[in-house]
Amino acid sequence: MQKLLLLGDEAIAQAALDAGLSGIYAYPGTPSTEITEFVQKSKFARENHIHSNWSTNEKTAMESALGMSYAGKRTMVCMKHVGLNVAADPFINSAITGANGGLIVVSADDPSMHSSQNEQDSRFYGKFALVPILEPGDQQEAYDMVHYGFDFSEKFKVPVLMRITTRMAHSRSGVARRGEIRKQNELKMPSDLRQFVLLPNIARTRYKNLLRDHSSFIAESDASPFNSYIDGSDKSLGIIVCGIAYNYLLENFPDRIVPHPVLKIGQYPLPRKMVEKMADECREILVIEDGYPMVEELLKGYLGRGLKVKGRLDGTLPRDGELNPNLVAVALGKPDTYGLPIPDLVVNRPPSLCSGCPHIDSYYALSETLSELSNGRVFSDIGCYTLGALKPYEAINSCVDMGASITMAKGAADAGLIPSVAVIGDSTFTHSGMTGLLDAINDKSPITIMILDNGTTAMTGGQDSPGFGKIEEICKGLGVEEAHIRILKPLKKYHDENVAIMKEELAYHGVSVIIPRRECIVAIDKRIRDKFKNK
Amino acid sequence: MKKDIILAGVGGQGIISIASIIGYAALEQGMFLKQSEVHGMSQRGGDVMSNLRISHNHIASDLIPFGQADMIISIEPLESLRYLPYLSKEGWVISNTRPFNNIPNYPDLDKIMGEIAKVPHHIALDAEAIAKEAGSTKAANIVILGAAAPFLGMTYEKFEDAIRFIFRHKGDKVIDLNLVALKAGRDFADRHI
Ligand SMILES: Cc1ncc(C[n+]2csc(CCOP(=O)(O)OP(=O)(O)O)c2C)c(N)n1
Ligand code: SF4
Repeated sequence: MQKLLLLGDEAIAQAALDAGLSGIYAYPGTPSTEITEFVQKSKFARENHIHSNWSTNEKTAMESALGMSYAGKRTMVCMKHVGLNVAADPFINSAITGANGGLIVVSADDPSMHSSQNEQDSRFYGKFALVPILEPGDQQEAYDMVHYGFDFSEKFKVPVLMRITTRMAHSRSGVARRGEIRKQNELKMPSDLRQFVLLPNIARTRYKNLLRDHSSFIAESDASPFNSYIDGSDKSLGIIVCGIAYNYLLENFPDRIVPHPVLKIGQYPLPRKMVEKMADECREILVIEDGYPMVEELLKGYLGRGLKVKGRLDGTLPRDGELNPNLVAVALGKPDTYGLPIPDLVVNRPPSLCSGCPHIDSYYALSETLSELSNGRVFSDIGCYTLGALKPYEAINSCVDMGASITMAKGAADAGLIPSVAVIGDSTFTHSGMTGLLDAINDKSPITIMILDNGTTAMTGGQDSPGFGKIEEICKGLGVEEAHIRILKPLKKYHDENVAIMKEELAYHGVSVIIPRRECIVAIDKRIRDKFKNK
Repeated sequence: MKKDIILAGVGGQGIISIASIIGYAALEQGMFLKQSEVHGMSQRGGDVMSNLRISHNHIASDLIPFGQADMIISIEPLESLRYLPYLSKEGWVISNTRPFNNIPNYPDLDKIMGEIAKVPHHIALDAEAIAKEAGSTKAANIVILGAAAPFLGMTYEKFEDAIRFIFRHKGDKVIDLNLVALKAGRDFADRHI
């Protein structure tokens, strides 16, 4: 069969469509965004009424998917790794309720933080929730695992976590599709209508079920097509290698034959029998895994007095950052290779706000407004506008997690830092800012909130913004006084006017909201190009 | 045959088109391909790079090991230097000489060119000027591809076919422009090998 050239993300989406998906739920986040976008662009998905609209945040996405699973249909939820923090409550509890229709949760990790604020390892969430985890080693496996994952989820009535990394998500290679396209499930209620009622006495029973099933999950891992024990003659070392790291291992052996026994892991919980076999056979074990040293820690034990295990914890591999073939070569005791050094004159080229970006005008006005006060009062958030931390703006003092601007400004104001300012994007505001705004209103906190409304979710490539056209109504509805909701146009020619409005609101001892509103110029460009295309 | 290629540039300069064209040409010949890129933050005028690996044999890693790339193709001179640690001893640097100056501390261009000249195998060309002559500066990335074509282990016609395919929805004018740009780049390389 002809192979398709697909990104890891696209392979997952194509597989979901081929495996009878009824709906995908997601909030954008690099490097997971392209999964949902692939479904949104698919004609097949449109014709078959497969849900693919963006959710407001990862928690609402996870819960909607759980609802779809409840109703018996196959569904997928996608997010970047930090999105799983937002969705953690429903995710962990979904392991207790269990699934009905197949439910796959895709979480995309970002080792080396190419575009994230941390490099947390989603496998820990899977382990925490006691659900099976799939971790593809290449794009073909990513495709195959989706079919397998839906079957597994329906067989054991459990959500399945699929963990990918930036490298898997954003790397392209040939993928062979299955010939048969599965039909969507019919609507089918859970056989026990109390399955999803997590009252303590029901939850206790369900939790015991999950614990019981967990031993089956281990047995399934030992039989899984994605875990394999590849024998090798040199038993002085055994190698356990997870997901994409397998490719870095093979890269170091041009004939693709590794002299040591290799346990390739694509499914967790760890296959107990295979791990035991390796521990019995080999004097030492090297663990190669992208992300945190999860497997390594598990094998080593807290005191490290049992097995002799090498990996990220003993410095055989670096403790943090993405793996690559060279790091694995060194861990294997092979020579490193290196080209020419980078000449000294090479400087960084950091990303920056586009010229003409509305955020620039908002920041210049804000900085001037605050110029007479002491520094350090601007709590910001995550989006293009976070680039306002860099030169020449240096206009913000925090970026922690989505929504934290409003609540941190509130906390700082509670502590006496008055005035405190929050700067948040429109999409981030509806993602997680609204609840914090209600806290501030209820406390009459003296903070000024700037909602930078560029009409889109720009940072991740210009997806729809869930609160489009509703921002002031939301603020009013939550209780911001109408007189203190100020809309302005962030343009150079209105600079003085905008500074005057900001000064007024900063002087107000209560919650005020300023909404600088002007469309992202990249979004305008895209809109115009799409218009031409459709003509 | 295997070629490990680092594609470099600044967000929006068109390294993805180059990757698609080489990729299409390789697949048409039944080769394996892996292409890895990092986007996201890097799109707003930051540096972008992509690892493109094509081979008649199985490809393991999505990432090219340091010191083993056959070629660095860069649409921007400063960016060509950033990835020198990937280049193998026999590897080629094919770089644009036209700077994309969006940072306040952009180094002296002559010094950059001096560093490129130190690489044993290199071709440096003003792709914008050549593309303009060919019809439009928009095809500068294709000029660079043309200059890289002699080193990619495929016949020249394969690239022409790939351009016809990749730009098939854009009309004959765009295709012709890019074919002329490709040839201009290749001719430059032929004169400078
Ligand atoms: C929990 C979580 N989900 C998703 C992301 C990815 N992400 C970062 S910024 C952003 C969108 C920001 O949009 P908006 O607030 O409208 O600001 P803009 O980029 O448009 O300026 C997203 C989705 C993230 N960092 N954290
Ligand atoms: S993409 Fe839009 S919001 Fe982001 S920096 Fe560019 S103009 Fe500003």
